[in-house]
Amino acid sequence: MFRYANPAVFMRLSSVLLPIFAVIAIVALAVGLVMGLRVPPDYQQGMTVLIMFVHVPAAIVAEIAYGAIAAASLVSLVWRHPLADTAARAAAPLGAVFTGLGLVTGMLWGRPMWGAYWVWDARLTSFLLLEFLFLGYIALWNAIEDETRAARACAILALVGAVNLPIIKFSVDWWNTLHQGESILSGKLAPVYLWPLLIMAAGYMALFAALWLLRIQTEILNRRARNLMQGP
Amino acid sequence: MSGAFFTLLLRDLRLAARSGGSAALALAFFALVATLVPLGVGADLKLLARVAAGVLWVAAVLAALLSLDRLFQGDFDDGSLEVIALSPLSLESVAAAKLLAHWLSTGLPLTLLSPVLALLFNLSPVGTWALFLSLLVGTPAVSAVGAVGASLTLSLKRGGLILPLIILPLLAPVVIFGAGAVQGALDGLSNGAFGFLAAFSLAAVLLSPFVAAACVRLNLAG
Amino acid sequence: MISSLTAENIAVTRGQRLLFGDLSFRLQSGRALVVEGVNGVGKTSLLKLIAGFLELAQGRIALASATREISDGEERGRHVAFLGHQDALKPQMTAEEQLTFFARLYGQNGDIAGALAQVGLARQAGLSCRYLSAGQKKRLGLARLLLSGRSLWLLDEPLAALDTDGRALALDLMRFHCANGGMVIAATHDPLPLGGESLKL
Repeated sequence: MFRYANPAVFMRLSSVLLPIFAVIAIVALAVGLVMGLRVPPDYQQGMTVLIMFVHVPAAIVAEIAYGAIAAASLVSLVWRHPLADTAARAAAPLGAVFTGLGLVTGMLWGRPMWGAYWVWDARLTSFLLLEFLFLGYIALWNAIEDETRAARACAILALVGAVNLPIIKFSVDWWNTLHQGESILSGKLAPVYLWPLLIMAAGYMALFAALWLLRIQTEILNRRARNLMQGP
Repeated sequence: MSGAFFTLLLRDLRLAARSGGSAALALAFFALVATLVPLGVGADLKLLARVAAGVLWVAAVLAALLSLDRLFQGDFDDGSLEVIALSPLSLESVAAAKLLAHWLSTGLPLTLLSPVLALLFNLSPVGTWALFLSLLVGTPAVSAVGAVGASLTLSLKRGGLILPLIILPLLAPVVIFGAGAVQGALDGLSNGAFGFLAAFSLAAVLLSPFVAAACVRLNLAG
Repeated sequence: MISSLTAENIAVTRGQRLLFGDLSFRLQSGRALVVEGVNGVGKTSLLKLIAGFLELAQGRIALASATREISDGEERGRHVAFLGHQDALKPQMTAEEQLTFFARLYGQNGDIAGALAQVGLARQAGLSCRYLSAGQKKRLGLARLLLSGRSLWLLDEPLAALDTDGRALALDLMRFHCANGGMVIAATHDPLPLGGESLKL
C-alpha cells in the first residue's frame, strides 16, 4: 500500500489518474446537465426540481470529503505517513467549497419550495454545522506553525469530528422532528430524475477526485521548491 | 497516585478561585447574557419563557468556553505542564483531573445559578427543575469537549479565537438535547432528550482525557 | 535509584531538520554532564529527549537501576526532574504553596521549609510568586529539584538570572546532589565548573 504513498510514485500515478478523472468529470457533468435540462417538470415542484441535480451531488461530495479527511487522518496517526497529512489538508478547502455549494443551492431550492431561503431544514442545518467543522479544521491547520505538529493536531481533530458527526446529524434530525420541520427530499424519486442525478453525482465525484489530486500534487511541488530554496 | 490526582485537582480549583476569580467571571458572563437577551427580544414574558431553555443553555456553553484557556494553556505557557507531565500521574489522569476541576469551577456553579436566571425568564417550576438537571448532566460534556479543544490549541498565542470555532459545532448535540429536555418537561412528555444528553455526556467524559492527553503529548514535543 | 544513563547513536530532529545525529554518551551516578554549545544547536532538545518529551528519531536512551533498565520515553520521565527556561510558577500561589504542590504531586513529603531555607527563600515562604524576582524564581526552581526525589536532574541554563551568590548556591546544590549519588545534566553556553564530563554539540 505504501508503495503508492511515496511522493515520487504518487506524482507519477496521479499524473496518469488526474486527466482521466478530469475527462470523466467534464463528460459526466455535460451529459448530466443536458439530460437534467430535458426532464419533465415535477408535478409538485415544477422546474425547481432541476436544482436537485446540482444540490444533491454537492452534498454527497461534501460528506465524501469529510470521510476522505478522516480516513487520511487515521492513516496519518497510525502509520505516520506525511503524504496522508498532505492529502487530508488538501481535501479540506474542497470539502468547505462543496459544502458551501450545497448550502447555497439548498437555499435557492428552499425559496420557491418554502417561500424562505432558510427554514432550518434538518439536512441544511447539518450541513451548516459540517461547514463549520471544515472551517475549524482549516483554521487549526493555518494556526499551528510547526507542520508535523499541525498535521497531528488536525488529524486528531478530524477523527473527533468524524466520531461526532453522526451524533450531530442524529441530534439535528431529532431536533427537527421536535420542531416539525419539512424536508425537500421526502418521498421517492421518479426514475426520470434518477438517471441525470446519478450521472451528475458521478461527475461531481470525479471533479472532486481530480481537484484533490491536483491540490496534493501542488503541495508536493511546493514542498520540493521550498526544500530547494532552503538547501545549501 | 490518587494523592497526586487530588493534589492537582485542588491546585487547579485554588487557581480558579484566585485568578481574579475566573469562576466568578464565568458566572457574571452567564448572568449578563441572560440580562441582555430580554433587552434584545423584548419583555414579553410568554416569549421569554419559551426561549428560556435555549438561551440559558447557549449562554452556559459560551460562559464555560471563556475559562477553557485556563485548562492547559496557562500551565503550558509558564512551563508548569512539563513539570506536571513528569509527575507519577499519567497524562490521561492529568487531563481527567483538569477536566474535573474545570467542571467544578465552571459547569457546577453555572448550574447552581441557573434557577435564579430561570426566574428572570419566567420559566415555570417544572421547566426550572428540568433546566437545572439538564445543565447538571450536560455541562460535564461541555468541559470534556472543551478539554479536547483546549489541548489542541494550547500552544497557540491566539488559541482563544480558534477554540470556539473548533468546539462549538461539536457541542451542537449538547445544546439540542439540553434545551430539548427542558422543552419536553414543559410539554409534559418524555422525548428522550435527557437520556441522549446523559449518554453523550458520559461518552464525552470517558473519551476526552485520552484524546486530550494525546494532544498534550503532541504539544509538549514542540 | 538510577545508577546510570546510556545514550546510543541518538539523533535529534526539529521539524524536518536534523540537529545532530550519532550522538553517544554515558553517565554514571554521582557524575555531572555539562552540555555546551551555541544557541540553537539543540541543547534544550537533548534535555527534552532524555525527559521523554521528544521522540527519538533513532538510537536509544536508557536509564539503568540496580534491577532494571528503562528505555521507554514516558517511563524515563518518571525518574527525572526538569528545570527549564520557564519558571513553572503561578503568580497567584505563594512560594510555599508552590513547593508543597510540586512535592505532593511527585509523591514526596520532604521538608518544605528546609528546602526554602536551603535556597535562601525562608523569608519569602508566604510571598506570592508574583512578587518574586527572576533570580528568586530560579532559586525556587532549585528548591523544587531538591524536593522532587528524582535522581537525574535535567537543567537548562541553570545559572541564568542568578546573581553571584545564587550561582554559587546552584553549583553547590548540583555538587551536593552528585555527592549523594545523583546525576546532573546541565545545558549551558557559559562555562560551568562542575568538574564532570562535558559534551560539545
